Amino acid sequence: MTLILEAVIFGVLTGGVYALMASGLTLIFGVMRIINVGHGALVILGAYLSYALLSSGAHIDPFVSLLITMPAMFILGVVLQVAFIRPLKDDREALSVLVTYAVALGIEGLLGFIFTNNFVQLNAWYETASFAIFGFHIAYVYVFGFGLCVAILGAMFLLLYRTPFGAAIRATMLNRTAAQLVGVNVDRVSAVAFGIGVATAAAGGVVFGLTNSFDPGSHYDLISRLLTIIVLGGLGSLRGAIIGAVVMLIVEDVAAVVISPVWASFAFFVILVVVLVVRPQGLYGIRVRERI
Amino acid sequence: MTRLATSAPVKFGALAVAVVLALLVPVFAVDPATTNIAVFTAMYVGLATAWNIMGGYTGYISLGHAAFFGFGAYAFGLVLAHLGVAGGYEPFLFVPVAGVLTAFLAVAIGWIALRTRAATFVIVTIAMMFMVQLLAENLVGLTGGGAGLSFPVPPWSGDFYNTPFYYAMLLMALVALAISWWIRRSKFGLGLLAIRDDEDKALAVGVPAHAYKLTAFIISAALVGMIGALYGYYVTYIYPQFAIDPLVGLSIVLMVFLGGLGTLWGPVLGALILEPAQLWLAYNFGASGLYLVFYAAVFLVVIILMPRGIVPSVLSLISRMSNRQAVGPSDAAGPAPDTRAIAEPSP
Repeated sequence: MTLILEAVIFGVLTGGVYALMASGLTLIFGVMRIINVGHGALVILGAYLSYALLSSGAHIDPFVSLLITMPAMFILGVVLQVAFIRPLKDDREALSVLVTYAVALGIEGLLGFIFTNNFVQLNAWYETASFAIFGFHIAYVYVFGFGLCVAILGAMFLLLYRTPFGAAIRATMLNRTAAQLVGVNVDRVSAVAFGIGVATAAAGGVVFGLTNSFDPGSHYDLISRLLTIIVLGGLGSLRGAIIGAVVMLIVEDVAAVVISPVWASFAFFVILVVVLVVRPQGLYGIRVRERI
Repeated sequence: MTRLATSAPVKFGALAVAVVLALLVPVFAVDPATTNIAVFTAMYVGLATAWNIMGGYTGYISLGHAAFFGFGAYAFGLVLAHLGVAGGYEPFLFVPVAGVLTAFLAVAIGWIALRTRAATFVIVTIAMMFMVQLLAENLVGLTGGGAGLSFPVPPWSGDFYNTPFYYAMLLMALVALAISWWIRRSKFGLGLLAIRDDEDKALAVGVPAHAYKLTAFIISAALVGMIGALYGYYVTYIYPQFAIDPLVGLSIVLMVFLGGLGTLWGPVLGALILEPAQLWLAYNFGASGLYLVFYAAVFLVVIILMPRGIVPSVLSLISRMSNRQAVGPSDAAGPAPDTRAIAEPSP
């Protein structure tokens, strides 16, 4: 029982990271109606950027390095959107999957070329140091990471719901054409939203890299989880992504304790199947009636 | 010119020449390195054609067909092991068994995945692929897990080894093409195209969309499973990450998009161009990550510059040229569409 409780606590703490990464992914879908299959690779890229800054002479702490990597990744996101997503006219949804998949492969290849395919991990004092609470030992990194993710998610919600630009983003998510009619520059909104999504991937990458060892190929596993989460939550729903992430991670961690660690990821997909059978549109999704 | 190119005798003549040339490949190319390329190219012609039945005609983009490919390989290897079939020509007779078993998997996956549409369907197929990969890894008692699964080794000499596999792959590619051709001409195929264009309207005019989609999915998956079975036998040893490789599923999709989504010959053309190129890149740059970078670059260029694919682009070019000849050079994009719009006000 204690083990299960511990698994639930870890599920919530790691669920925060996945919530952050999935939010970026679902924001991008919501604004542009495209699936960014490269999101996992961008997370791994963020982790490697912080790894490079950490192992360089400057020896920058992973959390501090976000001050550099997040703006850099934001710019990268805007560039990717303008270069590869904006030119797509017909059949955007299918083509965008292929284009972003190609971006993922390109990033994987470049990272493999620069950093080789050996597993690495971000190291810091808080990664191994832990504190005890109610008899559980929790490494500081999980709490710091959770705090960071909550802070960034909070900032994202403030941006979306308390600023005029956020209103423009939400208007574009609801109805692109109507938003354009009332004067929203949807091209700019799309580019910035993609940039925000990619910047949050950098933050997710730091926490992921502190809590997991990774290599350039790690993005396959990551993206399959993230996509499962946003389908579970309902495509384009931020609330759905956050709840989906926490639910999935709790289930996975509990399954690892109750059944076996090798079947934990399988539990992840079983939930997806169950949800799709009962509710194909996901938790907070709207049923798609026409081709979007 | 156009009429000549599309007349039936010319078409069948060209097809016959192409088939004869394909049959003669092992006669001209004798060294194993070249026939190896031929085997893989024939394999991807079959895979792309089979994928196109679902992705092209029906419009449901599956990025998880690698699951059927790997499942077919595993099912085939396990059947051969349980029946104790020795290496040689005999295993080829059991390839349809792998197809039937893959069809059962396709029923299960299709039943769930086809409850969703568009973007969600793409994601669900990706998730299903990782699910099958995870099963192959975790069901150690059945599949051998990470240690992999061995196939019986045919007793053929190195020079001859690839030839039977080439003809088997070619046969599968021709079967896939024949099925694709038949579907394109049938009422069933028309229903699939209607689903692609507008599923709700297709339902409204009486197309049994669910049954049609699932049927197309099963046909597509079973063909891919059989080709996967041949692949497993060819490489004689498979393990989960290798048999169920996301890159295989992606390569198929890229080939179809390059050649022309939803056309009969587009997937063939795409596979003929891309697979040799891919093998060349892997051979020369496979050791470093640069292979993936080149591949991604080709990919991006194709999608951005030619989103409709080669076959549709060339066909529209030909028809535009022949139109100009028929009506005269003054027939540019004049005011014709506008007058029609005024004459027929939209409802």
